[in-house]
Amino acid sequence: MQDGSTAWELVVSGDPALYAIVQLSLFVSLSAVAVASLVGLPLGGLLALTRFPGRGALIVMINAFMGLPPVVVGLTVYLLLSRSGPLGSWGLLFTPAAMVFAQALLITPIIAALTRQTADDLWNEYRDEMNAMGVTPAARLATLLYDARFSLITALLAGFGRAAAEVGAVMIVGGNIDNFTRTMTTAIALETSKGNLPLAMGLGAILLALILAINAAAWGVRAIGERQAA
Amino acid sequence: MRGPLSELPLVFDRVSQTLGGVQVLRDLQLTIAPGAPSAIVGPNGSGKSTFLRIAMGLSRPDAGRVTWGGQTDPAPRRRAMLFQRPVMLRRSAAANVAYALRQAGCPGHRVRGRVEELLAQASLSALAGRPARRLSGGEQQRLALARALARDPELLLLDEPTANLDPAATRAVEDIVRNAAASGVKVVIASHDLGQVRRLAGDVHFMVAGTILESAPVADFFERPAQPKTCAFLRGDIVT
Amino acid sequence: MFKQLALVLGLTMVLQSVSVAQEKSIVVASTTSTQDSGLFNHLLPLFKTKTGIDVKVIAQGTGQALDTGRRGDADVVFVHAQPQEEKFVADGFGVKRFSVMYNDFVLIGPAADPAGVRGSKDILAALAAIQAKGAPFVSRGDKSGTHAAELALWKAANIDVSAMKGAWYREIGQGMGAALNTAKAMGAYVLADRGTWISFRNKDGLQIGVEGDKRLFNQYGVILVSPEKHPSVRKDLGQAFVDYLISAEGQAAIAAYKIEGQQLFFPNADPGQRS
Repeated sequence: MQDGSTAWELVVSGDPALYAIVQLSLFVSLSAVAVASLVGLPLGGLLALTRFPGRGALIVMINAFMGLPPVVVGLTVYLLLSRSGPLGSWGLLFTPAAMVFAQALLITPIIAALTRQTADDLWNEYRDEMNAMGVTPAARLATLLYDARFSLITALLAGFGRAAAEVGAVMIVGGNIDNFTRTMTTAIALETSKGNLPLAMGLGAILLALILAINAAAWGVRAIGERQAA
Repeated sequence: MRGPLSELPLVFDRVSQTLGGVQVLRDLQLTIAPGAPSAIVGPNGSGKSTFLRIAMGLSRPDAGRVTWGGQTDPAPRRRAMLFQRPVMLRRSAAANVAYALRQAGCPGHRVRGRVEELLAQASLSALAGRPARRLSGGEQQRLALARALARDPELLLLDEPTANLDPAATRAVEDIVRNAAASGVKVVIASHDLGQVRRLAGDVHFMVAGTILESAPVADFFERPAQPKTCAFLRGDIVT
Repeated sequence: MFKQLALVLGLTMVLQSVSVAQEKSIVVASTTSTQDSGLFNHLLPLFKTKTGIDVKVIAQGTGQALDTGRRGDADVVFVHAQPQEEKFVADGFGVKRFSVMYNDFVLIGPAADPAGVRGSKDILAALAAIQAKGAPFVSRGDKSGTHAAELALWKAANIDVSAMKGAWYREIGQGMGAALNTAKAMGAYVLADRGTWISFRNKDGLQIGVEGDKRLFNQYGVILVSPEKHPSVRKDLGQAFVDYLISAEGQAAIAAYKIEGQQLFFPNADPGQRS
């Protein structure tokens, strides 16, 4: 990005560096949502469906982890992925994959906790019918997640919003490398430190607009989907 | 899809059940054998719904023994139940029936054809693609019946199936039930609607305070009730 | 639906990391001053054109950059705190230290200049004046090269700042740019490297107080992380970068970097060191 340009000029002129940053931000945060969903959705569903000793404690823990500080997650992943750490041989530190890993860790509790809440309510409604239909446990989980799909969009959006907005974790594990691991949020932090406050604000506005657009799109999908299917 | 084991006769042997400190069923003794529909009648709170839940295998009694065709395993094989307020899955009417078919083990290539048959049976063919939760109360009840019949049941338990329906919808539901009974499904129906009992049932079991007070063929029950409480109930008195 | 999405994303990630592993690239842990001043934006494209090597820069404080090298997470460190650099090599984490360039520190202060230091060429006297007036002073406090240099200056002036923390001496634990932003917001003095200062864009109300004192000299050095300690170090590519920085061509490129007509860094590699 050219120093001295405003964010608006960068958008209008189609600045390649800006678009690379936007693309990486979206790639990292959406991948993190996908990875976190693979764990968080089934975990939340299982917590709604099962009763076992320690379930209450586990739910409290997952709820508390919704507030995990991104720097703590970042530092943990950093120590894991560092060449001197247990997963150092993977060589993932300071790559987008490390950023996806850290953000997925950050938002899995959010997706799991919100999924459990939604699935709990739905299971109370469905329990008798499912038992009467002799539905197998695996099919119960799949049915709950499928039938709650429009409510679960909110859980995924909450996860995405948190991932896209955080700077602490991606800064530590990504390293804010120009044209490689620089995201919207780390770019904003960098421009702020360069004293380029108008550009930093402008990038902030672009980030906000992106998050708004994705939320609007999800809202649209939900509205159309609910009208047609549920 | 058809298990080798029969669900019938369904035998309740001195079954008791306490829920939230209240004894809902008390040494209940009842045998449901193949044949015309059996009706369970009785005042609110007499234990009809609890009886049906145990008969379906959804609850286990505190005391006594329940057997289905001589088996004690409560897993539903060829039983189905229609709840008073059936829950529609968040999908289309057709997908609701298809879901029940797949859960009952219907082979994939036959699902489509069976869905069409069942929806036609419930006069819902025109609404197949409609989201189930957008259907009217009567349509939902018919869809729930189609879903129950998807299990190809030998024993069909109905809990107040027309409690909230207008006469036309009631007639539509009763027609489906009558057809099912005619094709050999054993129907057990808990109902407040004594007219409905007269129209559908072959025999009647009168339940008060968690136990069966009187069992009789439908004509005898209404014309020659044996117990004073039955007479009072049929007169419209409050019976406890 | 989710599974398919995840599969696609997972594949993309795998492909991406594979392609990353195949291309020629190194990780350089450096300081905020070299990055924020724009030097790397000038230098790295030239290096890439010449060698085809992609340099990924992590901009940290000198202390953190050396730690990144110590952990084996960087191939080269490029920092400015000579005693720490020499210890890094002596401890076996670095192969050899090469001087590359210098710039100088400047004491920045508010336009009101409450300590009356403007125009002075004596940094120690200026620090003493700041202490005497109790004028606010922002310290990086992040174990960076600039922080180390600042502490050394206070020591030389015989002032124990550790006792002044929270009073007029304020440690913020952040990078150079953040320290300048903070100094501007609270009307405080701050020690900055000239490169960051020149390229800093939020200067209004701040100005240079003291410059030109020999004690404000700021030497940069470059070190290849030891491949013996960390076999993951890309030795040949890293060495190529070190060689380039101290080569006549690299040195000329450093000298050619200017902002608003001002040269930011002065190359001073020892020609005898070149391999």
